[in-house]
Parts: sequence; C-alpha cells; structure tokens
Amino acid sequence: MRPARQVADQVDVKTGQIVRYAPATRINHWIVAISFVLLTLSGLAMFWPPLFWLANLFGGGDVTRALHPWIGLVMAAAFFLFAVKVRHDNRLQKADREWLKRVGEVMRNQEENLPEVGRNNAGQKLVYLVALICMLVLLVSGLVIWRAYFTAYFPIDVTRLAALAHALFAFVLILTIVVHVYAGIWVKGSLRAMTRGTVSLGWAWKHHRAWFREVTRHTNGK
Amino acid sequence: MALQSLDIVRRSATTIPAPQARGATAGAVAKLIDVSKCIGCKACQVACMEWNDLRDEIGSCVGTYTNPPDLSDQSWTLMRFTEYENPKGDLEWLIRKDGCMHCADPGCLKACPSPGAIVQYANGIVDFHEENCIGCGYCITGCPFNVPRISKKDHKAYKCTLCSDRVAVGLEPACVKACPTGAIVFGSKTDMQRHAADRVEDLKSRGFDQAGLYDPSGVGGTHVMYVLHHADQPQLYADLPKDPQISAFVKVWKGISKPLALLGIAAAALTGFLHYVGIGPNETTREDEEAARRELEKPS
Repeated sequence: MRPARQVADQVDVKTGQIVRYAPATRINHWIVAISFVLLTLSGLAMFWPPLFWLANLFGGGDVTRALHPWIGLVMAAAFFLFAVKVRHDNRLQKADREWLKRVGEVMRNQEENLPEVGRNNAGQKLVYLVALICMLVLLVSGLVIWRAYFTAYFPIDVTRLAALAHALFAFVLILTIVVHVYAGIWVKGSLRAMTRGTVSLGWAWKHHRAWFREVTRHTNGK
Repeated sequence: MALQSLDIVRRSATTIPAPQARGATAGAVAKLIDVSKCIGCKACQVACMEWNDLRDEIGSCVGTYTNPPDLSDQSWTLMRFTEYENPKGDLEWLIRKDGCMHCADPGCLKACPSPGAIVQYANGIVDFHEENCIGCGYCITGCPFNVPRISKKDHKAYKCTLCSDRVAVGLEPACVKACPTGAIVFGSKTDMQRHAADRVEDLKSRGFDQAGLYDPSGVGGTHVMYVLHHADQPQLYADLPKDPQISAFVKVWKGISKPLALLGIAAAALTGFLHYVGIGPNETTREDEEAARRELEKPS
C-alpha cells in the first residue's frame, strides 16, 4: 500500500485533520523564513552599529557583508516562487473590508460577528501584499548597492536612494514579519499548518469557515 | 591599531568617545593646493606612489593627460586635466590634483557601518583603518567628492591618508615635499588660509577677479583646500562640486532612520508580548471541534 500523501485542501487520511499546506509549500516557506532570519541578523549588523556584534555570528564583518546579498538572492527566489503559488488565496475582496473594520474585535478574540473567512483572512492577505512589495523593492535596491558586482553601473544618487530604500523597506518587512510570527503564536493551532501541514477541523471551522465548508463539501459526499 | 594615536575625535559606527587625550594643540592641519601654480608635472602622484608603496596597473591613454584615468586603490591622488576655453576665447589648461578632501564633517565616516574603520584625528585628518573595513562601500555612497575606492584584491576601501604617518612625526605629506613649484603647501589650517588670501589677492591683481579659496562650508570646511582662479565655477575643474554636502538620502539613512527603526521593531515585539499577556491566545476549544464534526456529518 502506498503511503498516504498530503494533498492541500483535503482531509488527511492519517490524522483526520485538514491539510492546509502541502510538503513542498512548507519547505518553500521555511527556506524563506530561515533566509529572512539570517538576513535580518546580518542586515541589522550593518544597519545599526550597536548591533554590529551580530556580524560575529557569520564570522566577522567582511564575511557578513559578502554573504548577505547571496542569502538575499535565495530568499527572493524562494519567496517569489511561494508568492506565485499562493497568489489566488490572497486576492483582497469586498468581504475583507468588513473583516478589517472589525479588526479590533479580532484583536480581542471576539469572533462572533466576523464575516465568514475563506482560505485566508484580510490580515493574512495584507501580510502577503506588504511582503510582496517589500521583497520587490529589497531585491532591486539590494542589487544596486551590491558593491562587488553592480553598484558601478548606477549613478551615485541612485545608489544613495537605494541604500535608504533598502533600509526602509527592510524595516517595514521586519515589522510585518513580527506581526506575522506573533499571529502564529497568538492563534493556537496555526503553527502546525506550517510544521506538519495540518490544522484541526475545529480550527478551520472557527477561523476559516468558508474554506472549511469548501474543503469538507467533497469529503462529506464520500 | 597597534600604535595608539590617542587623538581620535571621531570613530565610525561608534558612539562612546574614542581615546583622545592628545589634542591638536597647534591647531588643525591643512594642505593647500594652488591650482594656478600647478604645472601638471605629476611629481605629487609619483611621490604618493613612492611613499605609500603603491603601483597602479599600467593603463592606456584615454585622450587626455589624466593618467591613470581615475583614482583607484593604488592611486590615491590624481592630476585631472581640463582644457577650458574662457569667454575671451583663450584656452586655459586647468589642472586639479584630486584626492581626499579630509572634510571636517566626513560623509564617509558618517556612512561607515563598521566600528573604527574610519577615524578622524584631532588635527583634521580623516583616515581609513583598513583592518576594520568590511568592504561594503558605504563610504563611497557617503562621500560628496567620489574619492574612496575598493580594492579588487582585498575588498578594502582606500584613499589618501594625508600622509597621516608622516604628519604624525612632524613631516609634511609626500606630495607637498615633491611639488617643484610650491603649488602644494602644508601647515596649520589658519596659516594656509592666510597664505591662500595672499595668493587670491595676487591672482585678482592679475585679472582673475573671481579667484578664491575653495574650503566648502557644506561639509564643515575641508583640510585639503584649493586656490582656484575661477572660484565661482569650481565645476570647471573636472567637476569639483560647487556646494558639496552629505546627501540628504545619506543623512536620513544614517541619522533619524536608525533609532526610529529599532524603536519601531522593539515596540512591535513588545506590543505582541503585552497582547499575549493582556488578552491571551486565541484557542480552538472542544466546542469548536464538536461544531465542526457536527457540520461534517450533517447530510448535505
């Protein structure tokens, strides 16, 4: 008998839970996440002198300087692959406006009056959108300030602007990821979706009811 | 540095004071380059190579006397030749010895992220300590004069040191020593300003009414100054900037953005923590699981 493979948006035969992310998506996500952490540590080392000691984690300032852009390329490639894969789940729709209006209730864990949410809620979609914009700007500005290969091809004021933009958008992205990570800690049962791939039926029913119905409609008929 | 100079007034990427017990009691130093006296012999370039043991690659002629074509990690000073036709229709051969200006407010030092890679001595000299350099090139991004260059060999940034090693033991910079016409002189900044004033007066008496001293205030003044016959148009001299300043982009990047960004990140993390403590996690209860089961088993 073939081992049961996890397929996204179906009930997992083994666990009786819903598969939210297939293995390839999870691995892709963690490549982005690990690169992001390395980039934040090495980037902050070069951004804020009191954190320059973080460069020691990478073997010194010059190694940090040399590694950072390469890790950046890995993150960009992995992120854009991921972003293309999940783009359909992240289109902002009319219903998202209602959810955003009630974001205060969301923060207070009062979910009775929230509209039914599909695969992703408006907050998740905003994280997707902001991360996408930041990644694009970081990639382009990062190439411009990559002294070893590209900076010589740009006028000095473009380089200066790119250096500022790189810092600014990295800041926005770090803030966004702080929110993203905290959401995973705060909403219990979410982290499992990215570590094991599955969420409980109750979790899906509670947080993404429209998605729950869509997924279980097929299962029900069996 | 193995040899402590103890007169460091500013150190890159460092907020605590550097060892600076020894001041510049005799005042800050300056090198004055009188462009009107320069004959373009390049003795200064040779002296710089010789003293600093630098040997640039032999290049090819780019159509002017400027040779090598640009500053590099092996060429810390360079005579830039400009053929200028003045309004009277006469040719003026303008020769400017390019190199680090040793700004009082150095953009390179402001931009440098590596502690102690760039220092400013009490006497005004801005020096790179390459053992701390990480090769990011931010100094180039910060410099209003386009001076520092990164070596392809060791990925460190280099530029004119104003012969800090010679000046430290009471000698004049190598280029000054070699100049055969006295176009380059060295001394205290006030002496150099006084000498420049005499030169400007002389030039004015000989028809250069726009002659003047180039000591741009946008960077707090410089410790390398020029006497120019056309001080109103410094751009004539191979694009010497008229009003050099540290770029606004660099000022924001290296100024207000640093504390704001760190404060913002810390505030976000703290908000999350307080939310968790104050409101608590959002948990899926047994009732939720049962409700989901009920809906799942409901015949459709």
